[in-house]
This record gives sequence, structure tokens and C-alpha cells, in this order.
Amino acid sequence: MSVTKTTYNDKVVRQFTVMTVIWGIVGMLVGVIIAAQLVWPELNIGFLHFGRLRPLHTNAVIFAFGGCALFASSYWCVQRTCHTRLWGGPLVPFTFWGWQVVILLAAITLPLGITSGKEYAELEWPIDILITLVWVSYALVFFGTIAKRTVSHIYVANWFFGAMIITVALLHLVNSAALPITLTKSYSAYSGVQDAMIQWWYGHNAVGFFLTAGFLGIMYYFVPKQAGRPVYSYRLSVVHFWALIFTYMWAGPHHLHYTALPDWTQSVGMVFSLILLAPSWGGMINGIMTLSGAWHRLRDDPILKFLITSLSFYGMSTFEGPMMSIKTVNALSHYTDWTVGHVHSGALGWVAMVSIGAMYYLIPRLFGKSEMYSTKLVTTHFWIATIGTVLYIASMWIAGVMQGLMWRAGNMDGTLAYSFVESVKGSYPFWAIRWLGGVLFLSGMLLMAYNMFKTMAGGNTQDTPVNIPVAHHA
Amino acid sequence: MSDFISDFWNLYVIVIVAGSILACVALLIIQSKATFTPGKTMGHVWDETLEEYNNPMPQWWSWLFVITVVFAFVYLALYPGLGNFKGVLGWTSVGQHKDEVEKVDATVKPLFNKYLAMDVKAVASDKQAMEMGKNLYLTYCMQCHGADARGAKGFPNLTDSDWLYGGEPEQIKLTLNEGRMGVMPPHAQLGADTVKDLANYVRSLSGLPSDSVRAAKGKEAFAAVGCSGCHGLDAKGMQAIGSPNLTDKVWLYGSSEAVITETINGGRQNKMPAWKEFLGEGKIHVLTAYVYGLSQGK
Repeated sequence: MSVTKTTYNDKVVRQFTVMTVIWGIVGMLVGVIIAAQLVWPELNIGFLHFGRLRPLHTNAVIFAFGGCALFASSYWCVQRTCHTRLWGGPLVPFTFWGWQVVILLAAITLPLGITSGKEYAELEWPIDILITLVWVSYALVFFGTIAKRTVSHIYVANWFFGAMIITVALLHLVNSAALPITLTKSYSAYSGVQDAMIQWWYGHNAVGFFLTAGFLGIMYYFVPKQAGRPVYSYRLSVVHFWALIFTYMWAGPHHLHYTALPDWTQSVGMVFSLILLAPSWGGMINGIMTLSGAWHRLRDDPILKFLITSLSFYGMSTFEGPMMSIKTVNALSHYTDWTVGHVHSGALGWVAMVSIGAMYYLIPRLFGKSEMYSTKLVTTHFWIATIGTVLYIASMWIAGVMQGLMWRAGNMDGTLAYSFVESVKGSYPFWAIRWLGGVLFLSGMLLMAYNMFKTMAGGNTQDTPVNIPVAHHA
Repeated sequence: MSDFISDFWNLYVIVIVAGSILACVALLIIQSKATFTPGKTMGHVWDETLEEYNNPMPQWWSWLFVITVVFAFVYLALYPGLGNFKGVLGWTSVGQHKDEVEKVDATVKPLFNKYLAMDVKAVASDKQAMEMGKNLYLTYCMQCHGADARGAKGFPNLTDSDWLYGGEPEQIKLTLNEGRMGVMPPHAQLGADTVKDLANYVRSLSGLPSDSVRAAKGKEAFAAVGCSGCHGLDAKGMQAIGSPNLTDKVWLYGSSEAVITETINGGRQNKMPAWKEFLGEGKIHVLTAYVYGLSQGK
């Protein structure tokens, strides 16, 4: 293989990779704390109570952990599949340091109660502006690199990363539009049911583009790479990509079933959520079928275990999602812990597991090693994480269905059979199991950090030279 | 009523929703017609090893896609979704709510009508009626009066035999139907000294420790400054206006000198909401019997 003199920019990938593990631990620790606060309410100490820490948890795991994983893997992937160094010069380190400052500001302002009150978009306007600057730089770097690629075709993973970058920019700008009053307080540009609709258009597409499209990008690079086999079907990726990014845009209203949102809007949201099933599953099929003929590799390759298990959870939660968007199902599941379980089957099972798999792939390569310090520990991490996820999801299913049934149960005289607090009381055992599931998942992350630092020790951090593209042989 | 400010938006929604679903189908059909070479790659290689097979899409997956699209069109024909089109079934969420309320009412109303024909005291000794009364109480009343009906600061205990407005069935029913407004005016203008005298007098009335000199002065003030206008010369209160009896051991806000001083200085405003419109005759009747029954046999 001939080699050119230019190298890939691996420094920024290295930075984001290490911070993925660090922020993963921080975000999940806060998750474990708030899960404990629900079981033992006396742990709500001073201003560090559930209400302040919950947005810190969601922001830390989604944007700090998930965000760093996306930056790291997309920067790694786009350079290698475009066969060129990252474009953008100083913009590249700016995306890293800017994003870290955003995370730090979130960690300070949210516990202090500085919030715009919009779920998953709580950060106040000055931080929103910084996010915009970082994100636009990210877009410039990513598409700048695509533009100077030395191969004619754009690899499928980059479609998904690209769609994620463009859409998240749009979502963030529209939903965060607000009138600032002071440095730490602003009011939304929208009001009433329009505000709710825009919030959930944002909220659902944050799931769809940040947590689905972006991580499908990760899947499309790391699964075939680690399996050493071609992607199962190019056509399937074309159809499911366009159908996915197109139908996701419409699904938001299913978060507002049986509210003041007009009936027609609710129907459209439900119908598009159901159509979303096949496009979502396209990614799962393409990932899992890539392994067909190499199933034996699952036995001793813990990275593949992470990647393939993540696809199973992805398939499960993208089936569950459309089902929950059906109005009659939603009438039972809405506002219960079932929703929380559904989110975590996606968040732990899909997003976290696919990221962890990708990070285990990247860490040795970024530090000049051939493999992780301990492959055995990676396997242990896999099993702890899987058991933790299953405990979490199963306990929330039971708690959620129980709550839904208790809230709707009636007496023969038309009164409700249970008061709200009785459903809270009934939920305690399941909240304790959920907490245990979270503790297991967090322990896995601690093993990962240990393994990562051991792998990093004495590592070689020289950037690797850019590969010359293989000539077409069609 | 239309959800749109002009017919343009109606058409816009119809075209864009139907068009979007059809676009998904078109995408699927067009891509299914590509030439496939199963088991062979597309011929592109990235990053040394990344390739793509030119396999067709799994048939079952394509059918799954088609089924959801067909479902979508059937659903949009039956239910509102395409702009102003109401759907063949004429379903609305408001209508669904109304239907469900009517359905429950149809089974529940006869139950209450049965008790409505009976005397409150007779209802109070009916086991099933008391079960229903308890359900109603736990739904509508316990937020203020407590799960055990023993009240809280500012919210009367319903299980004792002390009544602000009277404990006979007619009086309880009136309280439930129309609500009550209990207002004690503030008297800070009397001066701290007189207020302290009055507080001591009020405490002495129910046998609580007090300064006897101040209590004696308070007794004079009680009649002179107008307390007796509401609470009566004997301080036993008047049920007609809901003024409390000050000589018993029941305290709505507390019996310490500090709390009594606060009551005299600042006055008190208390409100029991009216339930007539919300609950209706039948439920009020059973609830009256339940509340009446709470204090019987004590």
C-alpha cells in the first residue's frame, strides 16, 4: 500500500474519545443519584434535588457523552472514508474546546436552576449561542472534509452524520428562539400549544437525528469494519436513509396525544410514527445482516457483542416507539415509567452500547496499540452493561403498566380506585431495581475508564498517514 | 370549526401529508427496480475494507413498509388528519371524552338515584352507600380534610361533634352545595396590649393557663370592642354565621397565645368551595350521608 505524507487529524478524535468515557461516567453517575433520590427521598439535599439534577443527567448523557461519541466517531470516519485530513484548521480544536465549555456551563447553570424550561433544551440563551457557534464550525469541518475527499462516492455513514449535523442545527435554532431578559433568563418566542408543538418537534427529532441518525452513522462505519464484511445492502441503506430522515420530521405530535393540540395534528403524528417502523428497522437489518456468515465472531469479540447487541436494542425500541405512538396504547403508557423505560432501552441499549463498542475500537488505534489493555474486561463490561440495561427496562415496563392501570382503574360509582400516591407507593420496588440496573451500567463505565487509561499508558500518539484510496474494481 | 385561518393551510396540509406518504412509496418502488447482483459488492472501497453488497432489500421488510403506508391512508380516511377533512367516522377527541363520560354516567346514575330517594340518615346506615361515600370523600375531600377526615390547620375535623355551621343533614348538605366563606376581620388596631388581654381571655375560656389579670381585662374588652357580635356574649359562637365556639377544646388554627394573637391581629379568611355544579345532586346526597355518618356514634 502506498502512503502519502499527510496524516489524519487523530488528536481531536483522541480528545473526544477520552471525554466520551469521562462524561459518560459523570452523566450516568448523576442518573444513578436521581434514581436513588426516587427510592430514598431523603437524598434530596438542599438545591441538589431531583428537579435540578434530572436535566443535568439528561444533558450530560445526551450532549456530553453522546455528543463527544458523535464528534469522535464522525471525525474518525469522515477522514478515513474521504481519504483526506480534516478540513478547517483552527475550527477543529474550537469544536472540541467549545463543546467542553458548553458542557461545563451546563453543569454549573442547571443545578443552580438557570433554565429555559424546555426539555432537552434547558440551557439559557448565551449557552445556546455558543452551541450554535460550535455546531456551525462542526458543520464546516465535516462538510469541508467531504468536499475535499479524494474518492468520488460518499460512504453511507457520512450521509447519516451529515443529516444529523444539518438537522440538529435547524432544530436548535428554531426551538431555542427566545427573547433574553437578563444574562440568565429568557422567554420562548412561542406560546401555548404552538410552543408545545415546536418543543416536541424539537424533542422527537433530537431523538431521531442526534440519537438515531448520528449513531446509525457510527454503526455503518464500525460494524462492517469490526466484522470485516461488506454492508449487507446498499439499496436498503438508500431507502431507509431517505425514508428515515423524511418521516422522523413528522412524528413529534405523538408526544402530545390527548392534549390541546388539534386532532388532525395528533393523527398525522401517529401515522408517520407508524410509517417510521420500516425505515428504522432498515438500519438494524443492514447492521445485523452484515454479520451473516461471520456469526461465530460474536463468540470471542466483545466489541462486536456491543455493536450487535446495540442493534438488537435499537430494533426493539424502534418497534416499541411506533406502538406507543398509537393513541389507544399511548392513553395507557403516557406519563408513566413505561416512557422512561422506552427511552432507556434506546439510550442504554442502543446509543450507549454502540458508542462503547466504537470507543473500544478507537482507543487502542488512537494510542498506537493493537488491542485494549484487557479484552477480558471488555467482555465483563459487556455483560454488566447488558444485565443493567435489562433490569432497567424490565422494571420500568412493569412499573409503567402498573401505574397506567392504577390511574385508570375505577370503582362502580365512577370514582377512581387509586389515588396518585398509591401508584407512587407501588412503584418503589421497581424504582429500586431500576437504580440497581443503573449502578451496574455505571460500574461497567468505570471498568471501561480503567481499561482505557491502562491502554493509554505509554501509548504512541502519532497521527497515522492518510491512505490512498483503493482503485475501483467494478 | 376549522383549525386553519385560511383555506390555503387546509390544502397545504392535505397536499404535504398525502404527498409525503406517497413519496415514501415512490422511493421504495423506484429503488426496488434497481439491478441487483446478490452477493456481489457495488465496487466501491473506502478505508481499505469498507464495501457494500448489491443485495436487494428483504421482501418482508418492503412489505412491512407497504403495510404501514396502507394503514396510514386507511387511518387518514377514517380519522381527522388531512386538513379540514373530519374523517369518515366523524371521531373527535372531545366527542370521545363526551361518550366516555356518558357511558359511565349511564351505569352510575341509577345507583345514586336509588339513594337520592332515601333519607340522609337512612343512607348513612347503608353499607354500600357508605362505601361509595368513602370513594367520593377520598376523591374530592381528602385533599383538605385529610385521608382520615380529621382535618388539619385551617381545615375542620369532620369526625368530631363540633360543627362550625351545624351537623344536621340539611346543614351539611348546604355546606357541600354552596360552600362556605369564613371571615374573621383583623383587629390589630386595638393595640398590642388589648390583643394580649383578649388572647389570655380566650385561653381562659377553655381552661388553658392564662394571666388572670389580663384575662379579666380581656373579658371586658371582648364585649366592648365587638368580639361578642359574632362569637356571642358567652363566646359559644353562632352556627348561623359559622363563628367558632371559643369555650371548647377544638381549635381550627391552634390554641397557643402566639397563634391566637396572630388570629386576632390579622383575622382569618377561610373557604370551603361549592360542589353543587361539579358533583350534582346524587353525589352530594351520598357525600352528605357519609360526612354525617363520620361523627355519629362518637
